[in-house]
Amino acid sequence: MKYRSAFDIIGPVMIGPSSSHTAGAARIGRVARTLFGRQPTKAEIYLYGSFAKTYKGHGTDVAIVGGILDYDTFDERIPGSLQLAEQLGMEIVFSVEEAVVDHPNTVRIKLFDDDKEMELVGISIGGGSIEIIELNSFALKLTGEHPAILVVHNDQFGVISKVTYLLAQHEINIGHMEVSRKEKGKMALMVIEVDQNIDQNLMDEIAQLPHITQVIKMVD
Amino acid sequence: MLFKNAAELVELAEREQIKIAEVMIRQEVKVSGRTREDIIAQMDRNLTVMEQAVERGLNGVTSVSGLTGGDAVLLQKYIKSGKALSGHTLLDAVSKAVATNEVNAAMGTICATPTAGSAGVVPGTLFAVKDVLNPTREEMIEFLFTSAAFGFIVANNASISGAAGGCQAEVGSASGMAAAAITEMAGGSPSQAAHAMAITLKNMLGLVCDPVAGLVEVPCVKRNAMGASNAMTAADMALAGITSRIPCDEVIDAMYRIGQTMPSALRETAEGGLAATPTGRRLEKEIFGNKAKAVK
Repeated sequence: MKYRSAFDIIGPVMIGPSSSHTAGAARIGRVARTLFGRQPTKAEIYLYGSFAKTYKGHGTDVAIVGGILDYDTFDERIPGSLQLAEQLGMEIVFSVEEAVVDHPNTVRIKLFDDDKEMELVGISIGGGSIEIIELNSFALKLTGEHPAILVVHNDQFGVISKVTYLLAQHEINIGHMEVSRKEKGKMALMVIEVDQNIDQNLMDEIAQLPHITQVIKMVD
Repeated sequence: MLFKNAAELVELAEREQIKIAEVMIRQEVKVSGRTREDIIAQMDRNLTVMEQAVERGLNGVTSVSGLTGGDAVLLQKYIKSGKALSGHTLLDAVSKAVATNEVNAAMGTICATPTAGSAGVVPGTLFAVKDVLNPTREEMIEFLFTSAAFGFIVANNASISGAAGGCQAEVGSASGMAAAAITEMAGGSPSQAAHAMAITLKNMLGLVCDPVAGLVEVPCVKRNAMGASNAMTAADMALAGITSRIPCDEVIDAMYRIGQTMPSALRETAEGGLAATPTGRRLEKEIFGNKAKAVK
């Protein structure tokens, strides 16, 4: 079931005018910001489908940038986010794409600063609900509604069990988990949605395990 | 999950002899792990947002584009003139639905029900029938949970996205949700609520999403007016004992399949329908100039 809560239907409380093109867009931007871990110095935003055709009228552009600035769907700074981003020295590049994609409301966001870059693809599935379907060219499914950790690792036997063993030792319950890789034996990604928030110590412990490249936290 | 379709929802409510709102609250407790008090408090806050949006709209707002705003005020004045042909409650619901969507179009704060473009129907009808049925605050919160239960079924078995299923998925769903909630608040049975939902949605099948200039304004604001009046009428029909010959779940399924076969031009792309009329195109040009689709 795509929708699990009464508040997916009666909600979110948001700045108008569109739940999918404004609130959903802001949520995708905010998940990108959370996964990046800090405010980027540059954001490239590629709009597809209905997002590409109607973004101006729906405020999709200001909503995504508002999300990248860490604003929630009801933050009244959203309409002025482009100016605020400029004041904060964040460079924004928009691109309207012609390519046909699976979901009509799709956006690709690339975030950069001096030290790193990150790329994700998000879809807004209706009523403000979203899914992240791609991160750094890994296919995944992340709703942003639960705390989660994303673990980039080498595709070796035993790595998954070491991570889940650590979670078990800390009495963290896994709600949903998936693993994807680009090529056998190369880089792989674990997406683990959990019921409890994960503290920094546990994050560090996971990062120190063999074959782990990076651990990213996604807070509820 | 306690239910996944309307048949299961009605069966559960009638077997346990509880309201549909109560089934939704119990499911929310079960799925979220949160307390009942916490869940009701959150819905109470959403109700407050809706109240404030209606109030703001009735005082008059104008959107950034200038395309919408002020119609809720006109309608309230007309109701007060005593010349209205439709009943007071019906027009009051329409004006409050319009008020909410005018606030939404003006980038004001609203609560999506189930979406922002269709956010007027549920609060519009709620605050109109409130004056007739005199519900408690708790009963108004229940109205929203009943709406949520039917919206939840549509969202999971069909769609609530205009880009995926057209306006039938947005204002159509909202109208059906409101009809069921009005029916329950007026003392109708769970089965009557499901019939009200079915009757409403049947009348919305095939409705396209064709926003002029891609803005959630024309025709969205007036579609919420129509969604509210449709919900009121269908609730009265269900309360009169009229049933839908096609069961609620099959109507929802039909809506889903119609949405799947609807051309992309009529699913929130601003390429067809009213958006593609000469006036629609002229308005688009006036608002965005010729750079409407250029790279920023």
